[in-house]
Amino acid sequence: MGLIDIVWNNLRRRKGKVFLLVLGLTIGVTTVVALQAITRTMRDDVGVKLDEFGANILVVPQSNSLSLSYGGMTVSSAAYDVGELTSLDMERIQTIPNAANISTIAPILLSAVQVKGQYVLVAGVDLEAELRMKKWWQLDGRAPQADGEALAGARVAELLGLSVGSQVPVGNRTFEIVATLAENGMQDDDMLFVDLNAAQNALNRFGTISLVEVSALCNACPIEEMIRQIQEAVPQARVTGLRQAVALRMETVDQLTRFAWALSAVVLVIGGLVVLTTMLGAVAERKQEIGIFRAMGFRRTHIMRVILAEAALVSLVGGLLGWLIGMVAATLLASRVAQTSVAVQWNPWLLLGAVGTALFLGVLSSLYPAVRAAQLDPNTALQAL
Amino acid sequence: MIELSGVSKVYQTGDVPVQALGEVNLAIAEGEFVALMGPSGSGKSTLLSIVGAMNPPTAGAVVVDNIRPYDLPTERQADFRYEYVGFIFQQYHLVPYLTVLGNVMLPMAIDPRPRSEKRRAACEMLERVGLGGKEKRLPSQLSGGEKARVAIARALVNQPPLLLADEPTGNLDSVTSERVLELLKELDQAGQTIVMVTHNLEAARYAGRVVRLRDGRVEGDSLEPAICRTMGVAG
Repeated sequence: MGLIDIVWNNLRRRKGKVFLLVLGLTIGVTTVVALQAITRTMRDDVGVKLDEFGANILVVPQSNSLSLSYGGMTVSSAAYDVGELTSLDMERIQTIPNAANISTIAPILLSAVQVKGQYVLVAGVDLEAELRMKKWWQLDGRAPQADGEALAGARVAELLGLSVGSQVPVGNRTFEIVATLAENGMQDDDMLFVDLNAAQNALNRFGTISLVEVSALCNACPIEEMIRQIQEAVPQARVTGLRQAVALRMETVDQLTRFAWALSAVVLVIGGLVVLTTMLGAVAERKQEIGIFRAMGFRRTHIMRVILAEAALVSLVGGLLGWLIGMVAATLLASRVAQTSVAVQWNPWLLLGAVGTALFLGVLSSLYPAVRAAQLDPNTALQAL
Repeated sequence: MIELSGVSKVYQTGDVPVQALGEVNLAIAEGEFVALMGPSGSGKSTLLSIVGAMNPPTAGAVVVDNIRPYDLPTERQADFRYEYVGFIFQQYHLVPYLTVLGNVMLPMAIDPRPRSEKRRAACEMLERVGLGGKEKRLPSQLSGGEKARVAIARALVNQPPLLLADEPTGNLDSVTSERVLELLKELDQAGQTIVMVTHNLEAARYAGRVVRLRDGRVEGDSLEPAICRTMGVAG
């Protein structure tokens, strides 16, 4: 017989009350865990989308001349560019302190070329890098393999009557269309994509680049800092972040996260109050026992230990159950309600957090009842029966 | 062993002070079996709780084994009860969710002794009060006499020098009462100091000394033969 036996036996005797207490804590922890897991998953989802978004930093030459639009950004007109970027600038970008965060550097040479009587924007690109960055591209045909092969945007193909196998003259060379792109509503629809070196040769613009798209590895990358570093490395260029859409979604997720924290706090406060009132009731019911314990020579600290140990045991069970149910709920709800494409991660830290929070909440809320129990006068407690 | 000097106790009932004890002087030697007698409201139970370091007197001094328990800090008072006092309550106050063995082991819950040693001590005590073999029963499965025996075993398991019993036979039939009182008598004969509150003359017969209280004051203090002659009870 030790104090823990008293705790255990009392919990076993008061199954109904213990069940209600565990239920209250479980509901609280479930809500918190589910909210946290879902918002965390949404954040991860945004991260993945950010990675899939392709370039998130655009490097273009400084220019005061006419400009043309690309990818939702205004870039300098290739035809009238005064300053241009070169492959040397590419190397400089690769030397920035945060170079490890760069997944792809895609140089592009832009030029307006007349094809079948119409001006078409031709992009000389590293086709392999471009295909890697633009995961949303759907090719009708095959990926280009030789430098004489080209991809045609949906509107270009339609307006110029181009299809797989069509020959397109660009500068002093002819390119063969090996695939057309499915319409995606972006600038790509109006463009023709060819190999960068082949375009430089065909257009007699050896070693020049109109702009560079830089894709950072992850959503947590310090984009602003990387922009600053690239700007330092290539001072004659203008470096811009392309994060508006993702930033907007991230802001929504941030708002939701703040809401989740606020809701969690409210739920936890309610949970704490449930524990407080239940434990106060339990202490009142156990006046006789406490009086007996004190008459036998139990110290006040012994009484507190018994009450707090009971609270801790119940909280532990509530925390574990809450975590389990919360994670299952988050797994089921994340894709349906939050429409995330990323699966909920069963993070062990969340388990520790859930159990830790439940323990903290349970013990903290039981502190006052425990102090009250410890301060019960044994004589009064026994006479009150 | 116990010395009470000028002990008074006043309870505050609303705005009205009620004197439960007034100027009680009493000395009880080690090994004595003292019965505190008196009508309801005479202050018997109050006196018992004061001796047991459960109820501080309003005035006066309480000394047990040269210790003034009410001069000790609260936690040390608890230690004093643990080391010196075993209580038998009128309703026995057995813990309903603990078995007989659990109830007897209860006072040792704060004892650092190994579990096996505590168990052995509790079993020995149960054997001594004649409850061997009933260790696993719950209080609800016991008769009144058995409950009283469990309460006695629980009060004595830590071998306290002082056993305080508040109407231990108050809820028992005469035959069962006699058995319980015989047990207390045996304990007394083995050297146990016992202070028992009772209003039953038959019960008082088992004590070596009877202290009579009335309106919170000691009305009489007699050794067994005298009181038994007065009451016409065989010794």
